[in-house]
Parts: sequence; C-alpha cells; structure tokens
Amino acid sequence: MQVAVTGLLCTAVNGAASINIEADTIRELLRKLVERYPKFEPLLDAGVAVVINGEIFRDNWSEPIPAGAEVVLMPRIQGG
Amino acid sequence: MSGVHVSTTINGDPVEFVCQPGEVLLDVLRNRVGLTGAKEGCGTGDCGTCSVTVDGRLVCSCLVLGAEVEGRTVTTVEGMADGADLHPLQKKFIEHAALQCGICTPGFLVAAKALLDRNPDPSEEQIRYALAGNLCRCTGYDKIVRAVQAAAKDLAVDATKPAKPAPKKTTAGKSAKKTA
Amino acid sequence: MTHNPSFTNQTFKVIGTRVPRPDGLDKVTGRARYGADASAPGQLVGMILRSPHAHAEIKNIDTSKADKIPGVKAIITSADLPDKVNGRRDMLDTLENCMARGRVLYDGHAIAAVAAIDADTAKKALKAIKVDYKILPHVTDVDEAMKDGAPIVQQWVRTAGGDANKATNVSQVSQFGHGNIEEGFAEADVIIERSYKTEQTHQGYIEPHACLASVGPDGNGELWVTTQGHYTFRTQCAQLLGMDIAKLKVTSSEIGGGFGGKTHVWMEPVALALSRKANRPVKLVMTREEVFRATGPTCSTSMDVKIGAKKDGRITAALAVLRYQDGAFPGIWGMLGGMTAWACYDLPNVKAIAYDVLVNRPKVAAYRAPSAPMAAFAVESTMDLVAQAINMDPVDFRLLNAAKEGTRASYGPTYGPIGIRATLEAVKNHPQMKAKLGPNQGRGMACGFWFNFGGQTCSTVNIGTDGTVNVSVGTVDVGGSRASLSLIAAEELGVPYETVKCTVSDTTALGHNDTTEGSRGTFSSGMAIIFAARNAVAELRARAAKTWDIPVEEVEWKDGVAYPMGDQHHNLKPLSLKDIAAKSPRTGGPIAGHNETVADGAGVSFASHICDVEVDPETGATRILRYAVVQDAGKAIHPDYVEGQFQGAAAQGIGWALNEEYVYGKDGRLQNAGFLDYRIPVCSDLPFIDTTILEIPNPGHPYGIRGVGETSIVPPLAAIGNAVSNAVGVRMNHVPMSPPRILKAIKAQRAAG
Repeated sequence: MQVAVTGLLCTAVNGAASINIEADTIRELLRKLVERYPKFEPLLDAGVAVVINGEIFRDNWSEPIPAGAEVVLMPRIQGG
Repeated sequence: MSGVHVSTTINGDPVEFVCQPGEVLLDVLRNRVGLTGAKEGCGTGDCGTCSVTVDGRLVCSCLVLGAEVEGRTVTTVEGMADGADLHPLQKKFIEHAALQCGICTPGFLVAAKALLDRNPDPSEEQIRYALAGNLCRCTGYDKIVRAVQAAAKDLAVDATKPAKPAPKKTTAGKSAKKTA
Repeated sequence: MTHNPSFTNQTFKVIGTRVPRPDGLDKVTGRARYGADASAPGQLVGMILRSPHAHAEIKNIDTSKADKIPGVKAIITSADLPDKVNGRRDMLDTLENCMARGRVLYDGHAIAAVAAIDADTAKKALKAIKVDYKILPHVTDVDEAMKDGAPIVQQWVRTAGGDANKATNVSQVSQFGHGNIEEGFAEADVIIERSYKTEQTHQGYIEPHACLASVGPDGNGELWVTTQGHYTFRTQCAQLLGMDIAKLKVTSSEIGGGFGGKTHVWMEPVALALSRKANRPVKLVMTREEVFRATGPTCSTSMDVKIGAKKDGRITAALAVLRYQDGAFPGIWGMLGGMTAWACYDLPNVKAIAYDVLVNRPKVAAYRAPSAPMAAFAVESTMDLVAQAINMDPVDFRLLNAAKEGTRASYGPTYGPIGIRATLEAVKNHPQMKAKLGPNQGRGMACGFWFNFGGQTCSTVNIGTDGTVNVSVGTVDVGGSRASLSLIAAEELGVPYETVKCTVSDTTALGHNDTTEGSRGTFSSGMAIIFAARNAVAELRARAAKTWDIPVEEVEWKDGVAYPMGDQHHNLKPLSLKDIAAKSPRTGGPIAGHNETVADGAGVSFASHICDVEVDPETGATRILRYAVVQDAGKAIHPDYVEGQFQGAAAQGIGWALNEEYVYGKDGRLQNAGFLDYRIPVCSDLPFIDTTILEIPNPGHPYGIRGVGETSIVPPLAAIGNAVSNAVGVRMNHVPMSPPRILKAIKAQRAAG
C-alpha cells in the first residue's frame, strides 16, 4: 500500500513524499519502516502519528490498517 | 523581628493574630488565620483574586498590611454564605456556569457583592466597570456578568418581600426534651 | 471486554442538559483547594534564584554565606540534579530548563534554590548567594537569530537533516503540502503576497505554579501540585530525580487555569530536590513575575504568505513561510504552525515551509491550539486581501474554497465529515452580519482549525450499596469536565445525574493518564467512562441473572433497570440498579466497571468568528462592539461549558490580537513581567460573546464528541485584523494591534495621502 510521508519524516525516506510498504497494523508498519529506513528510528523516538482514513492515531499502535486505507505519517504533535 | 499584635473581626468573628510589620493581609488570611479563599494571582494589586472588604470597602488584600485591620471588620468569600444558605450571587454563579477553573471566583464574588451592596440595580456597563479590577482568563466574562445581573434581580425581589419574623422563644421545646 | 468507539446515533436522556457542576459549591465558598492552598507540618518555604542576564556562562556559584543563615535548611544547584535521563535529549532540556547547568539561556533562568523556615529567611538566603557570570551576546528576535553571525544559543544544535557541522539557531525546517505551487501561481489572475509578525504571549492563567513536595530518605515522595497532568508530572519528576514512578504519589489540586502552560514541569523537580535534601516538606509557589519570565509562553513569529486566485474566486496556489522561535531549546512549534496554516481549505497546490528557531527567551510551551493562531492570522488576513482584490464577499470566498469531506488536507490526510462549511454558512446567516455599522466601525471574519487529540485514559466506575456511583478519572478537570463526565456515566448506567460523583484520582489509584490538553478531557475520559460503565452494566446484568437464576443472555439493561427477557420470565420483577447494588454483598461483592483505553480518533474541529470593532482614529484604540463564535462540537455534553470554552478561547484571542505582548529590552530582559503591563482583557473590554454550537458527529466517538477547548483561539487575530481594516482602512500586519501600532498605521496612511 502507499503510505504518504509528511514534514521532516521525508528526510528519513530519502525525500520521498510517498513509499510503498505492506502492513496490517500500525506497529507492523513502524517496525518495517525502521528496518527498511534506519534513519527513521530517531524520528520514531521523537514521535510519530499515523493517520488512517483521516483519523489521527498517536499511541494506539495495535490499530489495524484496513485494506485500501489512506495512510499518512505525521509528526506526533500535542495541544494546549 | 518583632511581631505586631492585631485584634480584628473577620466574617463576623473576633480574631487575634500576630504578624510581621510588613506582612500583607492576604498572607495573614491564608497563612495565619487559615482562610485560603482569597488567592494570590499577582501580588501587585493587578488581578483582584485577593479581593476582600475592609469596613465594607473593596480592597486588594495584597496591598493592605495585616496591621492595618486592627479594630476593623474584614469580610472574605468565606463569610458570604449564611450558614448553608448561599448568597444569591453564589447561587447564580453556579446556575449560570460563571466559573470554569474557579480561581478568580472568590474575588469576583466579593467584588460583585460590594457592587450590589452600593448599587442594587446596575447596568451592564456599570457591572463591567465595577468588575474591571478582577481578571478572569477562562470565561471571557460573559457568564459572570449574566450571573451578576441575575443575582441583582433576585436580591431586588427579596427586598420587596416582608422581613422574616424573628424566631419565637418557647419553653415548650425544652420541656418536650425533658420528658422524651 | 473490547468496546467499539464508533459513533452510534442515539437519543440521550441526560446528555445535553445543563446541570449544576459538582465542584461548584466548593469553588463559590472558597473551600476548593488549589496548588498554594495545601500545607504540611514542618514545611519549609522554597524560593528560586534567577538569572538577570539573557545569556551568560556561570563561572561560579558561592552559597557559603547563604548556608550559614539560621533557618536555611537546604540550598541546591544543578549539582543536586544529576543527569539521570539516559541520553534522552528532551528530558535533559527539561532538566536544564528547571535549573541552569553551567550557563544561563534567558532572563529568569533558574540558577539555584533554597528551602528555609519562612519567606523572609529564604529571601535573605537568595540575596546572599554570589554568582559570577561571564555575560555573552544574546539574541531575542526570531529573524535576527536566523542571520549569519547571530549569537548561537545552544552550541550543540544542528538543523535536523541539515549540515552536521554547522552550529545554528535553526533546529529544524519542515515542509507540508502537495501539488505544484509554481504552476499554480502561473495560473492565477491575482496574487497577493504579504509579511506578518506576531509577538510572544503567555497563557496568562490567574493561578501561578505552586506545589507542596515531600520526599523521604526511603525514596517515597508526595507531590501536591497544580497541573494539567499529574501522571505526566509524576513520570517526568521521577525520571529527573531518579525515583521509582510508583513511589512518587502525585495529587492534582484544583487547577486555576492552564491552557497548555501547565503540561510541563518548571519548578516541581526543584521543589522535590529541595525536600529530599532538607528531609522536610517544601512549599514552592511562583510569583507572577516568575510565571512570566520562567515558564512557557508561546512563540513570537515572522511569516510570509502568498495566495494566488482566479477572478472567479478559486485559489490556484497558496504558500506560507513561517519562522517561529521556540525559546532557548529546540521545539516543534513552527512545524505545528506549518501543519495548521492551510487546513481550512481545499487547495490543489499548497505549501507551508516552517522554521523552528532558538532565541534567548524562555522555553516555549503549548498555548491552546498551539502555533495555529499565528499562522491563521497571516493566512486569514491575506484571504481577505484576495477577496477584496477580486471583489468577492469574504465569506463567499471562503465557502468557495473551504475544505469538505474528501478534501486532501494541506498537512496530508483526507478529511472525513468536517464542519467548516457549516460554520461558514452559519456565519453568513448570523444576525450580527446585519447589524448596522457607524463611522470608524468595521466588521471582520475569519476561520480556524485545530486537531484535537485522544490519548491514554483510565477510568473506574464503582457502584455503592445504596446505588450511588463513584466515577474515578485521571484527567484533570480544567473547566468543568466533572459535570460532563458525570452526565456520561449517568446516561450509560441509566441513573439520575445527582447520584453520580466524579473525582479526579491521585496517581496511585489509576494507571497512567495523559495530560488534559489537545481538547481531550471530555473526549478521552468520556470514552473511558462509557466503556467502564458498560463493563459495570455487564456485571449488573450478571448479578440480576444470578438473583433470578436465569442465563445472563436473557437479561437486558434499560434505563437503569434489569429486565428478564422472554415470556417465560413474566413472573420475575425487574431489578433496578439500586436493588442490585443493595444485594451485591451476597451476589459476589462490590460491583465496578473499569477501563484502560487509548482514546484515538478525536475529530478535527473548525470555527468561524465574526467581529465588529470601532477604532478611535485619534488614539488607535479598538473597542469590540460585537463578537460571535460558531464552532462544531460534535456533541455538546453540557452546553454551558461548551459555550464557556468558545467564549474563553475567543477572549484570549482578542487579548492576543489587541494588547498582549512580551516586551524585551536591548539587554534581553523581559520588561513587562506583570499583569499591569502585560495587559489581558478585563470585563469592561468585552461585550457579551455570542455562541453557536454546531453538532456534526465525530464518527470516532460513541457519542460523536469532538474536542472543543482550543479551536476558538485561532480565528480572533485575523477576525480583528480584518475588522480594523474595514473600520479605518489600514491593514495591520503586526500583532498585537495595539493603539500605538494602529495609530502609526493610520498616520502613515494619511501621510501617503
């Protein structure tokens, strides 16, 4: 599936705005990203959010990724 | 370090305390008398969360020395209710959601009461200017002003009612207790 | 039991009613206890010595004289706060911000702290501490800090992903967007390009930071503190002090305002370290001056915005370049501004480039929809200019370009059902749009967006033997959420609101709960309570089944009563929650429901505001005549408190737009660290604030709740800028639009003829 990569996270995937990767859960997606792109690991530590079909997930890494879902990687942000 | 001995009346009760000459009334109330309703928001008289009345006059207790209330009467938010009966302002603040975090609420209640005590039928503008010395960061003041307006109406209605008769003193109750 | 968080369209019995809040009585009688209202036997007064320099090396700290003062029980410096952060940079930054380590980075940075028997002794001790500084050049302006040759705030900082050898004040540069903006601009009939600046503001909570810390030699500690997140404070303090998390009990006092500024520790680790050294409780309360100088204000910014549009109103390209200062430590606030800048619109070609920059100012913290108001000021002001240039009504222009379900957001994902169009339609039809305007009066409107978040949340619902209910939550109540959460429990269990008591528990009673920020309090704890209550209902049904000796599948729960299902049980009397609770000691013991959840899927929210102003052309002073807020809440659990959030956020935005700013001198010192000269709105500055709550359900929450607390601080800056422009014909590009600035602009325009 296509995963869009935004903001500083692009630097970890050689500037690509989108990458092709298969995963059934957020946890699997992030694990595979680190395996394929080692530069991703420090950014993961700093905080990443995954948006599935418009819903932002900051912590729930067990969340399943349905087939055909739109997946976007975003920096993990907070409110006030 | 020699303390000043002060005799005063707080919320109707006689109170004595010893404080430093330079100690402000706010610190005396909070640290010596145990009344923490008045708060310190700034210490410089700019926010009004320390509002109390001294001899009926609205003051910032962070700008009054403890020693200055010798022989005077002090009223704080803790003295607003009559036992379990809340003052109409207190009731209306809850009813109208005029508080969110509530830190400014004691100061606003004291200031609003001071206003209604001298001007029972204030206009919206008069309310806003009378309360301009009290900062609120949560509400935008909208529901506070509405609560004061509602309390003013309530108090005006109360003022037209006949005064409650004083409770009769009877011996009947006492004898009933003896025989029971 | 797993629960489904998806929205189920249901009719409610108590949700949406305006009930009195449970903590109301304590708050109107002065009984409620905030951070500074607790005391402990034997407590000491803590006080902090702060740097009078914006940037300096600390050559030496001599505490010998102070040590000898009778009544001084402990003095600490960074030597008493060793690095236990295991290489975590963000925690080391927090530690260094709590107490300077060899160098001071901003005016007000903590150098040392004392604990003494009373305030006078503590003050004497601070005066007796001798510090040798080597003063270094400083920089406090975001654009100045980016120039070559600017003083470097932190020598180790490198631009992330950039030159690894170049010391810099730019900690990161991030980009968001899609499409091709060069092509987009080439297609445009009209291009407007402007630059903007906003000054630094503070959350301005009326209650200063305060805590009572007590640490024993056995490693056990207690902390009473005003905070937006006592669990987060526990984790941070435990780590910084090398304590076990479970052994540090943190109790959240009532909080006198936070707005993001109390999501971060500022002096709590110092209080704990003092207590540990003195082996006595230490009460540490910040003065108002300390709050301004040494906690977490928001960013000051410098921004460039360019919008291209066709004559028919369709935007063809949009570009924002944002420069945000994060204070003396690396931050991500600029990036967050870049993500929010264009979020309201459906744009084929869009880009936001955001710089995060260090300066010698306090460490920036979140402030209600952090980073969004500044970017919105720049974008929404420019939107009005484009609308003017093509002769289109500003609301219609926004409606034409507004995002909708299926729009690709400028920050990446595709939107589900969202409310921006609905808020714009409501603004278009709002009675305020018809109010007559006189001389020097003008009307402006603007839109705003905010993300809203979920997070880790735990809740327990305990049913007493008399049928009354205790609900324990871990999200601090900043604005009245205990009322809403009690309503939710009452709705789920089918019991009267008055029988439910909601308490914010200390850290020993529940698992970790994230801070109350990101508008998540009612959303997250609401979800956890729904699930906990449903678990309790399952147990109630089981007890009824046991009592009747029938299978639990034949028991249904409706409006607080268990009913046996099926004709064969017609002889069995229904059992109310009260009945079952009374029997609970003999049917299995106490009845409770519990839930740990990571609430995610918080919906984004939008707001549109209308503002009418009158500007005095002789003084430049602006008066707000009328103000209206329209915002999508998903579902308003307690409408009074939703309205309160709209009004409070708008008031903060109005203060930010018109008066509030940090003023730094050439010496790099904060000039206006008090409420007299840092001027927040007072009662006489504002009119009644009209509110309209729209309810477009959030598909990710059982009741459709969206976060509401933050979004309405986003539109006011531009709504007022647009109103001022329409009132007196000057386009303000520098916030706050204080009287001197407006007067200067009016005079310049007159001079230009």
